[in-house]
Amino acid sequence: MNLDSKIPSGPLAQKWEKHKFDSKLVNPANKRKFDVIVVGSGLAGASAAATMAELGYQVKCFCFQDSPRRAHSIAAQGGINGAKNYQNDGDSIQRLFYDTIKGGDFRAREANVYRLAQVSVNIIDQCVAQGVPFAREYGGYLSNRSFGGAQVSRTFYARGQTGQQLLLGAYQALSRQIGLGTVKMYPRTEMVDLVVIDGHAKGIIVRDLVTGEISSHAADAVVLATGGYGNVFYLSTNAKGCNVTATWRAYKKGAFFANPCYTQIHPTCIPVSGDHQSKLTLMSESLRNDGRVWVPKQKLDKRSAAEIPEGERDYFLERKYPSYGNLAPRDISSRAAKEACDEGRGVGPGGLGVYLDFADSIKRLGADKVRERYGNLFDMYEKITGENAYQQPMRIYPAVHYTMGGTWVDYNLMSTIPGLFVIGEANFSDHGANRLGASALMQGLADGYFILPYTIGNYFATAKQPKPSINHPEFKKVTEDVQALIKKLLSINGKRSVTSFHRELGKLVWDNCGMARSRQSLEYNLKKIPELREEFWQNVKVTGTGPELNQDLEAAGRVADFLEFAELLCLDALTREESCGGHFRTEYQTPDGEAQRNDEQFAFVSAWEYKGKNAAPVLNKEPLVYEEVHMSQRSYK
Amino acid sequence: MNLKLKVWRQKNKNENGRMVEYSANDVNPDMSFLEMLDVVNEGLIAKGEEPIAFDSDCREGICGTCSLVINGVAHGGQEGTTACQLHMRHFQDGQTVTIEPWRAKAFPVLRDLVTDRSAFDRIIQAGGFISVGTGGTPDANAIPIGKVESDRAMDAAQCIGCGACVAACKNASAMLFVSAKVSHLAQLPQGKVERERRVLAMVEQMDKEGFGNCTVTGSCEAVCPKEIDLSFIAQMNREYGRAILIGE
Repeated sequence: MNLDSKIPSGPLAQKWEKHKFDSKLVNPANKRKFDVIVVGSGLAGASAAATMAELGYQVKCFCFQDSPRRAHSIAAQGGINGAKNYQNDGDSIQRLFYDTIKGGDFRAREANVYRLAQVSVNIIDQCVAQGVPFAREYGGYLSNRSFGGAQVSRTFYARGQTGQQLLLGAYQALSRQIGLGTVKMYPRTEMVDLVVIDGHAKGIIVRDLVTGEISSHAADAVVLATGGYGNVFYLSTNAKGCNVTATWRAYKKGAFFANPCYTQIHPTCIPVSGDHQSKLTLMSESLRNDGRVWVPKQKLDKRSAAEIPEGERDYFLERKYPSYGNLAPRDISSRAAKEACDEGRGVGPGGLGVYLDFADSIKRLGADKVRERYGNLFDMYEKITGENAYQQPMRIYPAVHYTMGGTWVDYNLMSTIPGLFVIGEANFSDHGANRLGASALMQGLADGYFILPYTIGNYFATAKQPKPSINHPEFKKVTEDVQALIKKLLSINGKRSVTSFHRELGKLVWDNCGMARSRQSLEYNLKKIPELREEFWQNVKVTGTGPELNQDLEAAGRVADFLEFAELLCLDALTREESCGGHFRTEYQTPDGEAQRNDEQFAFVSAWEYKGKNAAPVLNKEPLVYEEVHMSQRSYK
Repeated sequence: MNLKLKVWRQKNKNENGRMVEYSANDVNPDMSFLEMLDVVNEGLIAKGEEPIAFDSDCREGICGTCSLVINGVAHGGQEGTTACQLHMRHFQDGQTVTIEPWRAKAFPVLRDLVTDRSAFDRIIQAGGFISVGTGGTPDANAIPIGKVESDRAMDAAQCIGCGACVAACKNASAMLFVSAKVSHLAQLPQGKVERERRVLAMVEQMDKEGFGNCTVTGSCEAVCPKEIDLSFIAQMNREYGRAILIGE
């Protein structure tokens, strides 16, 4: 299949303006004739649902949480980028664009990234108008901080709870529309399948998580804003409920899945404490503004941090990347920490940790200033570890945090199924092989507030599709498929819990397709994962029944999808015979251990096409054609 | 360490519930409270029994999903901490621990420890927002807002909507939750435009949902994981009085 990215012609800086002008509009009186389904209520979903309802569309919004305010965007700590240049430090749309493209190791689509940088300034204005209490200076103007992979301060923040405040802004905009009756909200409701009729997305099948009831919902377009797939690793910084089910089931209905191997390992998370661990907690990257990362120079050094003199410490990020220092991008910082631990210089239990030390900052700024900047993070660290980071360095270790891959979408954010749009972390488009800090919030809100509401109108105006109805036989058929799947899960009655399978899968993916991957490790996984999946379908134990609140059943459906998805993730990693961003193949590295890209052969987006249960998926390639940027060796030295 | 648990089990909204005893053995002090429950649930599943249903999602204290009354105290009594961030090192070997759901008329139990808190959403839908559509907004730096005002707005805006304030209150009052949103928005110049309409609508909805009245005992502030200040209730009362006098 020929993948048409629908990138508009013309100079990069004018593509979006031109595209908006060329797009067909739906007149205000006609908008209310169109029904739109939005699945997910995080930054992307809530902003899209609210904005489309404001425009006049009839919107239904679904989330599995008990309230749309709880989507995992809420946990983002550090901030949101916006090319405002309020600090007069040389920022511009062009620079944010370039930093993002370079940060993504030249594997993102140029036109999308430029548009993202353009609308970033509108997002900040929008959020302030909604009452988001961003940090301010005494003069009353907005404050900024710097983040990894950038040499300007363009990150807006609300203490260490920026995601929370932005999500509450979007949630309040959504709530206003719910109150006005233009959005119908379905909390505690999970999408279990997509309905495609005559090649167009026409609705979804959902399960009410309280009653277990399965129901059909038809619409003129379906928008997935269902987040990333980081929980395929079992342990990640994602919320417990985050899953790949919506995008995976859409994949099986024909929506290509792009670049699944681009997964982000965040360098600053609290290390694992034991087998009971259910998730990992991030310590915001903003901490690297004032914290210094180090390990002992000596291997297997058992002394406490305080006992190790300055001369015997290796501030390895400052040493290896002097111009960015502790603010080197995430992929690079994570790999550097892993290397130090692999050499036996890690600290804490099991040697899987490095220090993040604030002693110098406390000396320079005083403990109060540090508390003002990061107090809630230090508190969180103490709650989890029982250690006081004002008195001793934090111990941190990389953990899975974000997934750059996702459903393939064109410039309009539409997937390969017409009428199915995918926004936010769930799509693949803007971050290439590595996302820069404070860019996820930017992308989610860009898609939801300022991009999708324009492009979806063009689809309605040009597709001229018949009005869908849940009485169409396809809804009945898909409902039966869903019911059969649930029945099967409940009837296996084996010996192993759902969690035990998830944990085993996560360990396979982390060990063999995590921070470093090789042909050998990936081939191992491609053999092991199908065996584990086979065992799951023979031996899983799911308690309870279908028509009731059944958390075990919810988890089983999600893990079943992860067991399929993990195979595609490893296959994609095996196929991409280069290293780029978060995808590090040990066979492809420069002499000093940096990622070695292969632009000649791999400057493309991998878009995987489902071919049926027993057939291998097909790899489609969208070439990455750069009109403005020259691909170069990424250097932060 | 080993613990004896007494847990509220209830099949669904309509059936009666009861306390059931379980033992939690070999509890690691580095576990979070919810991870301890995960381990208990794994044991129940292995025995073919239905696991204890409880709500949780982010498990880092910010989403507001987890909602357990532990030993009679919402979120378990560690200052400024949600149940998901409460760690087992604060418990002692051999201790008996009771675990119950939020109890309030406005928060019906759906199953075991899971409650329906959609009443909070309906209060926000009634007026907990600034009426601004997407687009057409002025430059973010066009309105300077003093740091002190902005910080106080943030203090209120931190509310995670978990409902512990309601669970702790003998009257099951939602005043701390509602006042946090009223104060956050009324504090800022952008939110002042519709402040009267907002507070009247939110209070009306709050009463309609069946939450009780506030007698300022401060039990809400004591359990609030975000340490939302009781003074916001005073601020809301002022807002409300002002709105009554001025009218919408």
